[in-house]
Amino acid sequence: MPESFLRPPKAEFPLVRLVGEDGTRLGHSPTEPDAETQTQLFRWMVFGRVFDQRMISLQRQGRIGTIGTIRGQEASAAGLALAMRRTDWLVGSYRELLAYVAHGVAIENVLNLYRGGVPGPFPEGVGAMPVQIVIGTQLPHAAGAALAAKLRGSDDVVVGCCGDGATSEGDFHEGLNFAGAHKVPAVFFVQNNGWAISVPRGRQTASETIAEKAWGYGMPGVLVDGNDALAVYAVAKEAIDRARAGEGPALIEALTYRVGPHTTSDDPRRYRSDDEVAQHEKDDPIVRLRLLMEKEGAYEEGMQERFEEEARAAMSLAIERAEAVANVTPETIFDLTWAAPTPSVLRDRQRTLEDLKEIGEVGKE
Amino acid sequence: MKANIVEAIQDAMRVALARDKEVVVLGEDVGRNGGVFRATDGLQAEFGEDRVFDTPLAESSIVGVGVGLAAYGMHPICEIQFGGFLYITMNQIASQAARLRMRTGGQMRAGMVIRAPYGGNVRTPDLHSDSLEALLAHTPGVKVVMPSTPYNAKGLLLAAVDDPDPVVFLEPMRIYRGLRAEIPDGHYEVALGEARIAREGQDVTLVAYGAEVQTSLEAAEQLSAEGISCEVVDLQTVSPYDRETVLASVEKTGRAVVVHEAVRQAGMGAEIAAVIQEQAFYSLAAPVQRVTGWNTPFPFVQAEHLYVPGAAHIAQSVRRALQD
Ligand SMILES: Cc1ncc(C[n+]2csc(CCOP(=O)(O)OP(=O)(O)O)c2C)c(N)n1
Repeated sequence: MPESFLRPPKAEFPLVRLVGEDGTRLGHSPTEPDAETQTQLFRWMVFGRVFDQRMISLQRQGRIGTIGTIRGQEASAAGLALAMRRTDWLVGSYRELLAYVAHGVAIENVLNLYRGGVPGPFPEGVGAMPVQIVIGTQLPHAAGAALAAKLRGSDDVVVGCCGDGATSEGDFHEGLNFAGAHKVPAVFFVQNNGWAISVPRGRQTASETIAEKAWGYGMPGVLVDGNDALAVYAVAKEAIDRARAGEGPALIEALTYRVGPHTTSDDPRRYRSDDEVAQHEKDDPIVRLRLLMEKEGAYEEGMQERFEEEARAAMSLAIERAEAVANVTPETIFDLTWAAPTPSVLRDRQRTLEDLKEIGEVGKE
Repeated sequence: MKANIVEAIQDAMRVALARDKEVVVLGEDVGRNGGVFRATDGLQAEFGEDRVFDTPLAESSIVGVGVGLAAYGMHPICEIQFGGFLYITMNQIASQAARLRMRTGGQMRAGMVIRAPYGGNVRTPDLHSDSLEALLAHTPGVKVVMPSTPYNAKGLLLAAVDDPDPVVFLEPMRIYRGLRAEIPDGHYEVALGEARIAREGQDVTLVAYGAEVQTSLEAAEQLSAEGISCEVVDLQTVSPYDRETVLASVEKTGRAVVVHEAVRQAGMGAEIAAVIQEQAFYSLAAPVQRVTGWNTPFPFVQAEHLYVPGAAHIAQSVRRALQD
């Protein structure tokens, strides 16, 4: 008889890396990005850095509402997005804004949302659900959309994203469990950035990794260095290709770090030391990829500056366009509530508008 | 001491933790961070990690664990970071906390407090501004308390902690820091289930709760310049609410306007108007008016100032009530 009937929780999820922190090549993978994709990865990561800075400054100027920061997480977002096909569905949250834009969602969609308005239709052919604010809620949607893709005979894959904190929500477990049970073409991508506002990863779950939770849902899992753009891309590509081939879902944990505050209203000094942040800041995913590209002769002189310039121009243009319209009126709110309003809904809308007019709240020029 | 509403709430929890070791505070970011609004600031340092602690990010289990804690004899104060996330907890609140007493023939109870900030006009993202008191008021077995001043915030919260029933305590986010007033030190309670007259008047009764009490007082002040005298009834406890105080006021003034920022249809305004017409019909000189949010979800930020009743919206309905 064994000494104990209980089996220990087993955790064997080695960290997948293709590039070291100093830009040294550590390995190759059949699904790693080709030269052109590698340049695109770098380009989008640089865009992400510029985007983050611009959004924070817009918030400071009162031009948009509270915004989450993405500094340090660019490799995870870009690596994932570029491994997807445009028609694959991205189902994520406020921390995946770079992934959304790199996937094909317009910068203006994002700006409209953070300006407190209607995001507007996503560009034609881009698969995506709206940016989710209620933590974890999007994961059953990802499972459902993936089931629909399967039932309708499409070969689209649905990628459900969330943070480490979100893995504690019931919806996370229910979404992944469903996906496993129905073997749907979904990939779940967790950006483990170490913190859920002030709560460290270690307080969310007693399991050693998030990747190992995959076992419980009967799907493969992987722990990848989320600051290694090549590794994130390679891992995501493998999981997405596999799901597309009908082999079912997978869970990816991308280990990264949120260098900035949770949002523009957060004060991280209340719960973590500057030292900790400085330690992580040294491993800048953009620098890492650039060093690799330099070592391998793939970096062209002035590339980063060119991409920064391009990103700034794209942001400025989108801001100008978004700010030219205040896209929400009370009518919008009524019209977006019901797809098929009944006569009493329409009367209700009319009455509300008349009341607002009477007190001079609408109709004033 | 002088305190604003968040500070009064924090002080109430400090007093509760100090006087009863069965009280624990749990929620997201309530520990070291002191809550995203600083309502629990310093409490973990003062009372230790066993009494004030961060939970995993899972609202259903924050309330569900609270039910278990309460069943076993503790007095949990659960924090839900924003009122909109109460939707996630509805199963634990409505089908569990509210019915534990019934289910066990009175042997067990889920005496616990579930705190959450609510309300709009603070430029927050989706689901951070909803007012869900009507859903909860439709759930007998759960009390719903909505303070409006630093004084009643502290006194009502202390009463909620001592109450044997589950209490959802909805805090007016918009005026968390706006109002500062003198409040008593130490322990005191404002009884649950009792309304207060926030302003006396003769011509019309304004019934409000939470942040809209302040807006109603503003409207009353403006209307007094026109010679209209408003009485403002602050429900304080929204469910079960103090019908007697509302009815007595309406019997005096003959006119009533109910104010809330929650959705109009099936909101508290509908409930209160129904009770007034059932029980004070012959005192009424005009139909009961409602000033509320629209029959839509809480809107995008760009339209929220139109949705949340302001003093102008309230004054408009008061004038209508006086026209008839
Ligand atoms: C259901 C729900 N609960 C709480 C919040 C408030 N909130 C916003 S972000 C956040 C932390 C999320 O942490 P994590 O999932 O790790 O993602 P990260 O923000 O670090 O990317 C919390 C608690 C929310 N938006 N939704």
